[in-house]
Amino acid sequence: MNNTQKKTRRTIDIVNQSLARRYRAERRFRLYGISAIVVSLAFLAFLFVAIAANGASAFWQTYVKLDIHFSPDTLRQASLATADYQGLVKKSLRNMFPEVKNRRDKRQLYGLASPGASFQLRKIVLDNPQIIGQKRSIWVPADDDVDMLIKGHIKREGPEESRRLKDKQLAWIDQLIAEEKLEKRFNKTFFTVGDSREPELAGVWGAVMGSFFTLIVTLLLSFPVGVAAAVYLEEFAPKNRWTDLIEININNLAAVPSIVFGLLGLAVFLNFFGLPRSAPIVGGLVLTLMTLPTIIIASRSALKSVPPSIREAALGVGASKMQMVVHHVLPLALPGMLTGTIIGMARALGETAPLLMIGMVAFIVDVPAGLTDPSTALPVQVYLWADSPERGFVERTSAAIMVLLAFLITMNATAVFLRKRFERRW
Amino acid sequence: MKKALIFLIAIAMIATVFTPAQAASGRNYISIVGSSTVYPFATVVAEQFGKTTPFKTPKIESTGSGGGLKLFCAGIGVEHPDITNASRRIKSSEFAKCQKNGVSDIIEVKVGYDGIVLANSKKTAPLKLSRKDIFMALAKDVPDPSGATKLIPNPYKTWKDVNPSLPATKIEVLGPPPTSGTRDAFVELAMEGGGKKFGWIKAMKKKDKKKYKSICHTVREDGAYVEAGENDNLIVQKLDANPSAVGIFGFSFLDQNTDKIQGSFIDGVQPTFEAIADGQYPVSRPLFFYVKKAHTKVIPGMKEYLKEFTSEKAWGEDGYLSERGLIPMPEAERAKFKNDAGSLQTLKSVK
Repeated sequence: MNNTQKKTRRTIDIVNQSLARRYRAERRFRLYGISAIVVSLAFLAFLFVAIAANGASAFWQTYVKLDIHFSPDTLRQASLATADYQGLVKKSLRNMFPEVKNRRDKRQLYGLASPGASFQLRKIVLDNPQIIGQKRSIWVPADDDVDMLIKGHIKREGPEESRRLKDKQLAWIDQLIAEEKLEKRFNKTFFTVGDSREPELAGVWGAVMGSFFTLIVTLLLSFPVGVAAAVYLEEFAPKNRWTDLIEININNLAAVPSIVFGLLGLAVFLNFFGLPRSAPIVGGLVLTLMTLPTIIIASRSALKSVPPSIREAALGVGASKMQMVVHHVLPLALPGMLTGTIIGMARALGETAPLLMIGMVAFIVDVPAGLTDPSTALPVQVYLWADSPERGFVERTSAAIMVLLAFLITMNATAVFLRKRFERRW
Repeated sequence: MKKALIFLIAIAMIATVFTPAQAASGRNYISIVGSSTVYPFATVVAEQFGKTTPFKTPKIESTGSGGGLKLFCAGIGVEHPDITNASRRIKSSEFAKCQKNGVSDIIEVKVGYDGIVLANSKKTAPLKLSRKDIFMALAKDVPDPSGATKLIPNPYKTWKDVNPSLPATKIEVLGPPPTSGTRDAFVELAMEGGGKKFGWIKAMKKKDKKKYKSICHTVREDGAYVEAGENDNLIVQKLDANPSAVGIFGFSFLDQNTDKIQGSFIDGVQPTFEAIADGQYPVSRPLFFYVKKAHTKVIPGMKEYLKEFTSEKAWGEDGYLSERGLIPMPEAERAKFKNDAGSLQTLKSVK
């Protein structure tokens, strides 16, 4: 009996026998894949949610309504720029709470409005000197401690000495809220000004402009150079030991840690050529060195994907080699090259390490207006704020990260769009 | 043809990018480098200066004291910084290097004091430490408890092992890495101060200074001391999450986070503004900045910046820097340095 069964056992039986096991193995394998994706998505979601939850509140800022009397006594025409605007703010606060008499309480009272209030008044008066002598209600930013309290980042409870806001200040704040003189408004400052040490006066615009100038330089230098190098290497260069060596070196350069390019920039651009420290032009040059290999590699693979039949057809109808490249191959490879460039640019936008060496990690208040003005970049701003002791910078750090992510996502989406729109498959 | 045109335009753009580089020989803003401890104070002054005067806001880089002095001493000229901040005094070697590179006239300005605190979460009781406890808890090698004058690898696991009056929690200290000036000052003031309490270690200072330093300044590496990076905000968050951990950072971070953390007593003194100001709190250090006299004539606004920094409104008892956690100097000292800065009195030598 046994014997006959063994004899009649066919291949299909063996297959059938192991089939269930093989299906199970495949299901397991798929499960591994799906769980890998789920884990990485969960990390990403956690990151985004954590940053958004932390940073969303930074887009609103608490403002206090002050009744300012632009008294001609304080504002003498001769010295409008240096007049005592802080005095106007203090006077207005004293008028709101006339019961505050002693010096310590007054200091606490003045602490409710941001030191930026006086700069705001100064600007109003300088723009429009006719206002002197009039009374106006003006919303000025509240101090960062008040702002943090309203947003719930610091608590009211606990012993008075361990709180940054004292009992009296809390009472004043409650009164202001009741009189509707304290409210949260959209934080325009955050998007229009440069850095500041007062969280309520700090903005990302200086860093955005710094990143913009840096990337302009990077783009203008790395795209033409990268494309030219790729076209020559792919279409014209002879295949020999030298071009192999160049290719290996380009691939190696793409893997060099970015801080090395920073050191190179310090030695070459600052010390040898004497370019100014902290300037976007130097940042752009350093980031060019860093993105060049990426662009060359992407451009070469874009050129490679153009089928040889196109080249042969062009040459066949009598085009010169240059005409063949410029008229036919390059236009077809351009979407791929642009995608590579944008991804390289996105990487350059997120880079801090090389900027450290050339002095772009710095406190800079004025928004840069040109390529040689001192400036920072967006990721540098994130780093600097993360390191500041004031509580208000915690949410602003996350908000700056959100701005940076928005730029990165836009750039990557553009790359995807370009690829989808212009890519041709053969 | 069209492509060639595009290429020409690209080259023209690159050319325009490069031309202003040559024109940058004159700098119209002050360039400041140096210590990350002085950075939060110098930036406040710079911002105030930029907003209240017609001059541009100075640019401040946080490079660390040593890195700042290196850049500062590299030479005279607009490509070199005008001012460097330092959380320690300039060393004689650095001074000599400055002299060699033509930076002969340096104005020294002391700005105030900074306390280094050991802090833990408010959820537990404050620690009452002595500098000896700190040394015993954090040094790599400690004196043999049997009393012999030799060193053994640090055996202590909990604070109670170090000193029976301390709680029986695990020693877990988050502090700055060796590149930090805060770490330098901490090992010098707190750990060396504790090591000196042992007579035979103190005696070694004269005989074998190198060995003495390595005993007092080497922090244990078995995991009890965690290098938490330069980001002090992160340390504060970790302390809040882990009540048994202790963090080391500058006083300004304690000052800004009094709702979450508390400073440990050191030698019976809690790190308060007053205790650091009058010198009772043992772990505090002076902060400085150094100015190139030759640049005061070239760079606009340098004298005015000095004036702003040394004004009572900035560094006085009630000045805006004290709100940021800078401990002001006594009045006489302030007057002296204000005078020196006003008259551009230069440093003759460094001991």
